[in-house]
Amino acid sequence: MSEQNSKGLSRRGFMKGAAATAGAALGSGVITGFPTYWAQASKDITITHVGSIYTTNPTVAEQANKDLGFTVQMQTLDNTTLINRLLTQAETVDVADFGNTSMGYFKNKGILMPIPVKEYKYWDQTVPLFTQGTYADGKAYSMQGYAPIKSQFWADQSAQEYSLTPTEWLVGIPVMYNADTLGVRPDLVPHKVESWGDLFNSDFAGKVALQDGVGVGVPDAAVALEAAGLMTYVDKGNMTREEIDKTIDLLIELKRSGHFRSFWTNFDQSVQLMASGEVVLQSMFAPAVTEVRTRGIECQYLPLKEGSRGWYIFQSAMAHLDAGDKLRRDCVMEYMNWCNSGFNGVYFSRQGFYSSVPDLMKAQLSENDYGYWYEGKAATADIIDPFGKVMEKAGAVRDGGSLWDRMGNVGIWNTLMDEDRYLVRRWQDFMAA
Amino acid sequence: MSSSMTMSPRAASWLQATPFTLIMTCLVMVPLAIILAVSFMDYGFAEIIPEFYLGNWTDLFRSSLTLDTYRTVFKQLAVVWTITLLLGFTISYYLIFHVRSNMWRAIFLAACAIPFWTSGPIRMISWVPLLGREGIVNQALLGMGIVDQPISWLLYSEFSVIVVYVNMLTMAMAGPIANSMAKISPSIIQAARDQGASEWQVIQEVIIPLIKPGIVVGTIFIITAVMGDGFLVRAMSGNQMNTPAVAIMNEINAFQYPPAAAKSVVLLLIVLGMVGLLLRFVDIRKELAR
Repeated sequence: MSEQNSKGLSRRGFMKGAAATAGAALGSGVITGFPTYWAQASKDITITHVGSIYTTNPTVAEQANKDLGFTVQMQTLDNTTLINRLLTQAETVDVADFGNTSMGYFKNKGILMPIPVKEYKYWDQTVPLFTQGTYADGKAYSMQGYAPIKSQFWADQSAQEYSLTPTEWLVGIPVMYNADTLGVRPDLVPHKVESWGDLFNSDFAGKVALQDGVGVGVPDAAVALEAAGLMTYVDKGNMTREEIDKTIDLLIELKRSGHFRSFWTNFDQSVQLMASGEVVLQSMFAPAVTEVRTRGIECQYLPLKEGSRGWYIFQSAMAHLDAGDKLRRDCVMEYMNWCNSGFNGVYFSRQGFYSSVPDLMKAQLSENDYGYWYEGKAATADIIDPFGKVMEKAGAVRDGGSLWDRMGNVGIWNTLMDEDRYLVRRWQDFMAA
Repeated sequence: MSSSMTMSPRAASWLQATPFTLIMTCLVMVPLAIILAVSFMDYGFAEIIPEFYLGNWTDLFRSSLTLDTYRTVFKQLAVVWTITLLLGFTISYYLIFHVRSNMWRAIFLAACAIPFWTSGPIRMISWVPLLGREGIVNQALLGMGIVDQPISWLLYSEFSVIVVYVNMLTMAMAGPIANSMAKISPSIIQAARDQGASEWQVIQEVIIPLIKPGIVVGTIFIITAVMGDGFLVRAMSGNQMNTPAVAIMNEINAFQYPPAAAKSVVLLLIVLGMVGLLLRFVDIRKELAR
């Protein structure tokens, strides 16, 4: 009986998903109403979009090619390969996306095209995280780490330096963002976790993990060290050499005492560490927590006192477009506008990422999906991910609540520190210890 | 007429050597020269600054990182080499001298390759349910009352790195040894037996001296695999061990090419030196042609 019931529910969920899809297709039909001569010329154009597994996928590529009058070719690359490609062969790419940890590489390089604000249709509807450097209520957010506003605007059309105040030129169009925190196995921890400081609490010795890297793992460690009262920083997201030395020394001490179980490099590893019980408390990405739960294992994503670690992904066009074929550049701008117009945002919203234009999502997601993912409401029916898998049962409420409950308390942002060179060198010492 | 078509032997050998020389020059020597040049340059955020800079080299020779990483990798190498040699020798010895039927020999050899039917990453991931804290080994030990707490050093440790190396590399050692053993004429062993040699004496006095080339080839495989690997160490140590190859990967991931280049040059010289030294003891070319 109950099996029957859940089947019925999931079918209904699927129908709603299908309805949302249809809505997205309808919505985008408006955008593709080009004059015929334009469509004739553009149909021979193929634009190359390189991105991560989160931003490039066959379903969205197929829809883009259906909706638009030119061909979009998506390529999924790991971040190192992607940045390398942009640095060495930017002319083989038209559109690329990357996050906070890469923003420091593009200053004074002339690789990215300055995107005129007026050519992006949804800037007015974009969350103020990007447009103003504030939360929705107008309150300024933490500027520790690579906060969105630090890399949102070019100072001028030459696209060499970033501006902290709004200008006419965007470094990238914000696509998705989220706030990460610690994931926990409530069935395996000795007490409730309320602070990042618990990461270095001896109660969890040998059962914690961090992301392996200086852009995410080190800021997480710094937040935890500060919360545990072991360190103080001026800016945890942009440490001085002295702060780096002290941090690494403390981490080496913890490592030698056997405090860390592992350091993970990718999504799958973090899921496996948690699901297998090797680790009971670790820094995680939101979809990884959901993935653990879909395996029937309890896993919570906790709002912590010190706030979360925020991140975002920008989509940028390459500088060669400005110098090249005007039609090609127009196609690229049209594609980037399409990416935030509906289908793509609906797709990743249903995996737990936030769209930079939530109002557009509201119009195109089912009420249940929008309520669950964005408004912190209890699901009225099963929550189905874009692949058709049941993510949460009816009645579930998203960890941390609504968009602004989750996104409204960022303690630090994913980063690339000015002293990156020194930090990487000391991180090597830490790994060798 | 025909004399115009012939070529002096000297010209012919030059011509024969040309394609290989071109490939070696363009694809090996030139890139290596570039790597060497880059190692003497400065660097910024994802950019190489083409100015003469010795910092990458002074850091290499003055910091403890170099010593730490090489100490780690040499220790791994010594342990992995010893275990794979013992296993490789035993497996080959059994297959060549004790398994009489060719069919069974082929079946056993194929069985040795079964672990390689799946992809590397999957093989690495599948160690977790075996060696993990809640894995099969720990459950068995707990169940038998041998331990009362799960052992955590089975996974994400030096131990797990070595276990997986042995799993991956035993065949690389066993193959060349088996190849050398198969070339030993049964009549030599028969002669030793007739003289009253025990099995152990045959192994010591006849087989081991004759399989040295196989051991050297296997050793070269092990050295290059362990010294050059970064992925396996990272995955199996949970990113908690640093070896020269891992250190290079870390810097490449941070787009810091000049220090990575300096480390690569040193690693290359050390591996070449080790292989060169081994080749001094055994003339592989002569032995393989036998």
